[in-house]
Amino acid sequence: MKIKRNEEYNYGFLDEGSKKEIRRSTLKAVAIPGYQVPFGSRELPIGRGWGTGGIQLTLSLIGPSDVLKVIDQGSDESVNAVNIKKFVKLCTGIKTTTDTHKATIIQSRHRIPEIPLKNDQILVLQVPIPEPLRIVEPKEEVTKKMHAEKDYAPIWLQLYESIIKYGKVTISTEYPCTVEDRYIMNPSPIPKFDNPKLNMSECLYLFGAGREKKIYAIPPYTRVESLAFDDVPFEKENFKGKKCCLCGSCDTYLDEIFNSETGERYYQCSDTSYCREVRSR
Amino acid sequence: MAYVAVSGGEEAIEESIKLLKYYRSGTNKDVSLEAIEKKLSLLVDKVMSEAGLYSPMYAALALKQCEGSTEEAVFLLRAYRSTLKRSCYTNVVNTEDMRIVRRISAAFKDIPGGQILGATYDYTHRLMNFNIGNEKSRRLYKKMKEKISRQRETEVKKFGRVSDLLKNEGLIDKYEEDNSKPDDVTENLLEFPASRSAKLQTLSRADTGYISGLAYSVLRGFGQVHPTVGELRTGYVEIEVPYSDDSDESIYIGEILITEAESLNQSEDKDQLKLSSGYGAVFGRNENKAIAMSVLDYELEKGGDYPPDDEEFVLMHGDSIEMNGFISHLKLPHYVTFQSKLDAVRKTRNENQEQENNNEDQAQ
Repeated sequence: MKIKRNEEYNYGFLDEGSKKEIRRSTLKAVAIPGYQVPFGSRELPIGRGWGTGGIQLTLSLIGPSDVLKVIDQGSDESVNAVNIKKFVKLCTGIKTTTDTHKATIIQSRHRIPEIPLKNDQILVLQVPIPEPLRIVEPKEEVTKKMHAEKDYAPIWLQLYESIIKYGKVTISTEYPCTVEDRYIMNPSPIPKFDNPKLNMSECLYLFGAGREKKIYAIPPYTRVESLAFDDVPFEKENFKGKKCCLCGSCDTYLDEIFNSETGERYYQCSDTSYCREVRSR
Repeated sequence: MAYVAVSGGEEAIEESIKLLKYYRSGTNKDVSLEAIEKKLSLLVDKVMSEAGLYSPMYAALALKQCEGSTEEAVFLLRAYRSTLKRSCYTNVVNTEDMRIVRRISAAFKDIPGGQILGATYDYTHRLMNFNIGNEKSRRLYKKMKEKISRQRETEVKKFGRVSDLLKNEGLIDKYEEDNSKPDDVTENLLEFPASRSAKLQTLSRADTGYISGLAYSVLRGFGQVHPTVGELRTGYVEIEVPYSDDSDESIYIGEILITEAESLNQSEDKDQLKLSSGYGAVFGRNENKAIAMSVLDYELEKGGDYPPDDEEFVLMHGDSIEMNGFISHLKLPHYVTFQSKLDAVRKTRNENQEQENNNEDQAQ
């Protein structure tokens, strides 16, 4: 889609002061991996809860030489991804791509691309609830203290209780992880399948929560461990015996699809760009 | 397999926007911005108040752009505000200097300066007026203008506060004036415990329905029961900005219409009783919101075990943009997360099934 930059607004929509402020918070986040840095989140023309934290990060980072990729649920063509791309183009005139290799900034909701990212790439993740302890404690005032005191007993207890009750940890997405043995962090609602990709990665991961006004980061080569017990190891989603109906991959995260006519159930790669790549090999 | 997250998103959005334009076009009759601003002024006031941006003209434009949806209009104004440079903060407004258009007290029959009923729907009978269906705007407006022009002008008086009377009598605690720089919740994360300035700012920008509902719950028993409106005033206040950082002079940049409320409550003071007040101030003629705000202000200061006493609960869930954004995001595809949930549910069920089968085997 050809979109010309709207000159009525500043480059990157936000005023320069706001962009600078967001970059400053981002630097702090990189300096303290896994720590949630509060920032003065600005209102955007896109709904809060629709990726405004990620968009503010993208807008504050993006420059004329960048190539942007936006995915939602792994898909480049999903309505929200298209909408975000359209908005960023409108206020920057930037080039966009669906090719994971070519992107310098990738903004994503709920997925990390299947191919490993490199050190000249930044993955920006949209975060609805940045607080990993929110499931055990509703109050910000309390969770802030828990992080400061590294008091993570309640969340370990939650894991333990789940094992007692169901025989396994039943957290599905937003599976908490420990960053460099210090902060417990919410990796955003990516499936557990993607958690290991955060560990010792080459690329920089940035997390933006617009509504909750927090930024956090995992710099390259950071140790990120998903919470687990010695005798109950971390377990990803299981797609054993299933494969993508388009490209045949059996090592990717799959979407389950029903054929409305036959009632048949089949599977397809959630990362559409990767699926296309495999098919073109 | 049409609705999969595959493709077509781009075209679908384009077509959806076209359909919106069609809905918005509605009829061949136009409604001008001036008409929205002047004839739907209470709606405009509500939008400005929830947006935290005082501009009747832009509020009218926003309302026209989104078929009159309050939350969408608030959204448009907020997003527009993000693009503007923040040049300076205005000087503190003293509402005793307000050019009052309405002022009432439910606490005293007679207050210094007197009660001014002003314009209120309170004492109208809510009967549908079918004549409005074909009223002639031009004639009506002219008639009203003429009526107004026959009025005698009087001098603008300064009105002291009702609560000052009680303060002088020692029934309400007196406090030192707090002239510390207020927190700005639009530039910073709201932290807890929140400062009073941050609380008041958040309440003033909150969704009208939200704070009305919470204040109602207080009145019904989930909090201090039945405060008295000590004073409710609506009027114009002058806005000034400092001329420069190092000068005491200021520049007048215009006036805004606000509504201010002070509610009074009985509270404990060692072995006797005293009165405490709650404060509310909002853009425009927006009385219930101002009163609701004053009820919640007091409730938060007092503290307690009910939801309206809990500042995180009250302050974190009333922002129109935030609540509507997060609720509406539920419409976005959640295929990946739902798949993961399914996986978790299926796993526990499979294992339970196996367990049961084993038990049965053993029993046989």
